[in-house]
Amino acid sequence: MTDFKLTEAPKIVEPTIYELSSPGRTGVTYPDPDVPRAKLPDELLRKVIPLPELSEVDVIRHFVKLSTFNYSVDSGFYPLGSCTMKYNPKINEDTARLPGFANLHPLQPIETTQGALMLMYQLQEWLKEISGFDAITLQPAAGAHGEFVGVLVMRAYHRDRNDNKRTKMLIPDSAHGTNPATSAMSGLKVVQIPSDERGNVDLEALRAEADDTLVGMMLTNPNTLGLFDENVEEVCRIVHEAGGLMYGDGANMNALLGIAKMADLGFDVMHYNLHKTFSTPHGGGGPGSGPVVVTAELAQFLPAPIVAVVEEEADGLPPLYGLVDPSKTVGRVKAFNGHFGMFVRAFTYIAMHGPDGLRDISEYAVLNANYLLTRLRDAYHVPYDRICMHEFVAEGRWKDAPDIHALDVAKRLMDYGFHPPTNYFPLIVHEALMIEPTETENKGTLDAFVDAMLKIADEAHTSPNLLHEAPTRTPFGRLDEVKAAKELILCCWLPEDYGNQ
Amino acid sequence: MTYIPHSPKERDEMLATIGVEKLEDLFKAIPAAHRYPDLDLPPALSEMEAATELSEISLANETTAELVSFLGAGVYNHYIPAAINHILLRGEFYTAYTPYQPEISQGTLQAIFEYQSMIANLTGMDVANASHYDGATAVAEAVNMAMAQYRDKRKKIVMSPSVHPQYQATTDTYTQFSDIDIVGAESGHSSTPEALAELIDENTALVVVQYPDFFGRIFDYTKLGEAAHEAGALFCIVANPTALGMLKTPGEMGADMVVGEGQPLGISMSYGGPYLGFFTTRQEYVRKMAGRLVGESVDSRGQRAYVLTLTPREQHIKRERATSNICTNQGLLALAAGVYMSLLGQTGMRQVAELCYHKAHYAAERIATIPGFDLCHSEPFFHEFAVCCPTSVDEINAHLLEHGILGGYDLGQDYPELKDHMLVAVTEKTSKEEIDALVEVLSEVNHD
Repeated sequence: MTDFKLTEAPKIVEPTIYELSSPGRTGVTYPDPDVPRAKLPDELLRKVIPLPELSEVDVIRHFVKLSTFNYSVDSGFYPLGSCTMKYNPKINEDTARLPGFANLHPLQPIETTQGALMLMYQLQEWLKEISGFDAITLQPAAGAHGEFVGVLVMRAYHRDRNDNKRTKMLIPDSAHGTNPATSAMSGLKVVQIPSDERGNVDLEALRAEADDTLVGMMLTNPNTLGLFDENVEEVCRIVHEAGGLMYGDGANMNALLGIAKMADLGFDVMHYNLHKTFSTPHGGGGPGSGPVVVTAELAQFLPAPIVAVVEEEADGLPPLYGLVDPSKTVGRVKAFNGHFGMFVRAFTYIAMHGPDGLRDISEYAVLNANYLLTRLRDAYHVPYDRICMHEFVAEGRWKDAPDIHALDVAKRLMDYGFHPPTNYFPLIVHEALMIEPTETENKGTLDAFVDAMLKIADEAHTSPNLLHEAPTRTPFGRLDEVKAAKELILCCWLPEDYGNQ
Repeated sequence: MTYIPHSPKERDEMLATIGVEKLEDLFKAIPAAHRYPDLDLPPALSEMEAATELSEISLANETTAELVSFLGAGVYNHYIPAAINHILLRGEFYTAYTPYQPEISQGTLQAIFEYQSMIANLTGMDVANASHYDGATAVAEAVNMAMAQYRDKRKKIVMSPSVHPQYQATTDTYTQFSDIDIVGAESGHSSTPEALAELIDENTALVVVQYPDFFGRIFDYTKLGEAAHEAGALFCIVANPTALGMLKTPGEMGADMVVGEGQPLGISMSYGGPYLGFFTTRQEYVRKMAGRLVGESVDSRGQRAYVLTLTPREQHIKRERATSNICTNQGLLALAAGVYMSLLGQTGMRQVAELCYHKAHYAAERIATIPGFDLCHSEPFFHEFAVCCPTSVDEINAHLLEHGILGGYDLGQDYPELKDHMLVAVTEKTSKEEIDALVEVLSEVNHD
């Protein structure tokens, strides 16, 4: 373990914005009021606003300095499994910021927002076509939010049929943590279904749980091992025969664009992650966007509102688009119309790829993953080893290097200039390293990554300290997480004597 | 066009390494009947064509840049300093993932830590999390947190009817499969804190009010907070961050949680999102709060550094035992809000708040002089106010639009008893001339 015992005060690499503050500075000025001043409500005024005070150049330099501490897709290879860290095209940032979009108020009359509504309508149509579903909501703000919407819709379906004994959700042991958390948040009992030796859902275990208390099953396909479930149609059949619904977690859709439609495979509901599959940037942890697609049977339960044609095209006039509420909607899941800025980016991305380009995305994402798998499998044990989809899971451990963990491999990769893969997930693989290269990386980058991984596997045996001490070539070393959780310093302040300086 | 860099030669070398002949061979696990479906989508565009098409679509909108806007109702047309977008467009920020690897994510982590600090200081609270999806979901999460705090033993939420109607609707959606009882509507749309206090009892887990409320009114909620605490309930204030540039803080009023919509802090309106749900609480409840948190620590080299902390509360560790499934935050929007507050500082925040206040009061005063128009409320207000109109808001707004003015929000949509009532919003961007133009056109309406 890293020794964090300090003998002196911590060194400050970049002061906080508060430490850079000086009384009386400001980074933006405003004109004096052009109207008479109204009487202020004296008893309701605050005395101080303890915010930092800086000039514009101070602010820019501070945040530019901070930005240099970040690793990003723009700076290098980011093979973070299940996150689909593909290149984010620059044009998308420009189209999302067009004044005709950026300055639109969400509550404007629809006659003034036909461009935005048409774009949303078209995106709805495209996302339905790509997945094979009949209806969609763009409202969910992220993947986990989409899951929540999907589960609400499933429950509303059963409630509508007065089938109220259904309280059980089946979830494979390889699932993302959000799946069980979403189900529990929705008041459901979660039953975990094991995986078989090929990484598929264990059909015997599934049959044993498929009874009339089933709300349904949440299945990620390809699953988090990066494997396409070879029995997916049978899984859907078993769940449907028990009266349940199949939820598809679309986190891994980057493997299936133009390759298979989730609705054709037997799913009833699915969420997309526009920030994974359709390249809207991850933004350092958001915003995401998690549209939900459903079968015709479930359309009436979708959250409100949805973009629809409210007046058909006629007499040479284009159709009028508007916002409508489905007949038995579960309600509104956030304010306004969803993450519109993400819709513009995804729309641009799909328009530029077209049907063939979308299929290329998945084919090359899968090609890249299998290439890495092939080149790494001798040095890293791959527990479920067959042709993978867009990602695969290797182990960061060796019997003859017992002190080395996946975390050490991950940290050492930083020294070689790469972002590490996802580690310790999925939970069913020991010391997991989950590697997703995406389609936007070239062979040279993949080869350099393989070289680094092979070197690290060698170092693990010959000089394990290099791994334990890693990273050493990054601006910061390993963090003392225990201290952070124990001291719980979550906020900084201006110094007490600030005004008197 | 695609962003796939492989040359045919490289592709073939890679296929050979894998040991398959062609790309299709990688997809044999997919049922043959469903493999390679047709996609009925328009053919690919070049970047040049896409830029033109998107530009044309955007021009089919009439925006607040061309129209004079008096629309608010939770989203406000504030000036966004130029520096913000330049920071947001740094690829180091916007193309990074969640900062799970702190050694190479200190930029995002320190920026969020500073955002947390500024939001806590602005609201007068101890701690803020790294953000929720928006104001509506932040309110729903506050309800969630209160239910968890009382381990579902208290079943009642007192929700002021003057909390944003869409936030109320979102909370209803979130709680529809639980046995929570949300009360408040019966106190009437314009109920006062005193009327709400009557509804609090021993079964109440949480009291939620908005500040300024949906109608723009400002109340001192201190006594309501005391009433909530006497009954053992938690107290949540949904606040507008711009107003906090001049108004007494919710923290001073005894709030246990202060949540709200961060859009006014330098985030473009963008037809509804993405925005920023801020969420703050008191130190004693920090472990009950959902969402990501960044804490200060040190690295192995003795440098001050930041890291995601208290992660054992979260879904990826706790799975079905987590209180929320939240996974992302609105990272880039939190950065925008952080840069905005850094640029404005104490002086700018106060200036913007006062400009909004003075201009809104000028507008209200002028509108009240138009025959047939009246202010709906008499309480102090911030930058938004309800106007009782002589005819339907639809009709008035159609007339205003002909004159290039986006009228206020039609309150009758959410409050049937407020038919013919318009909610008018004014910000620092609204000029006296624009207000005068509104008044002039409204005067014509009455004469029609």
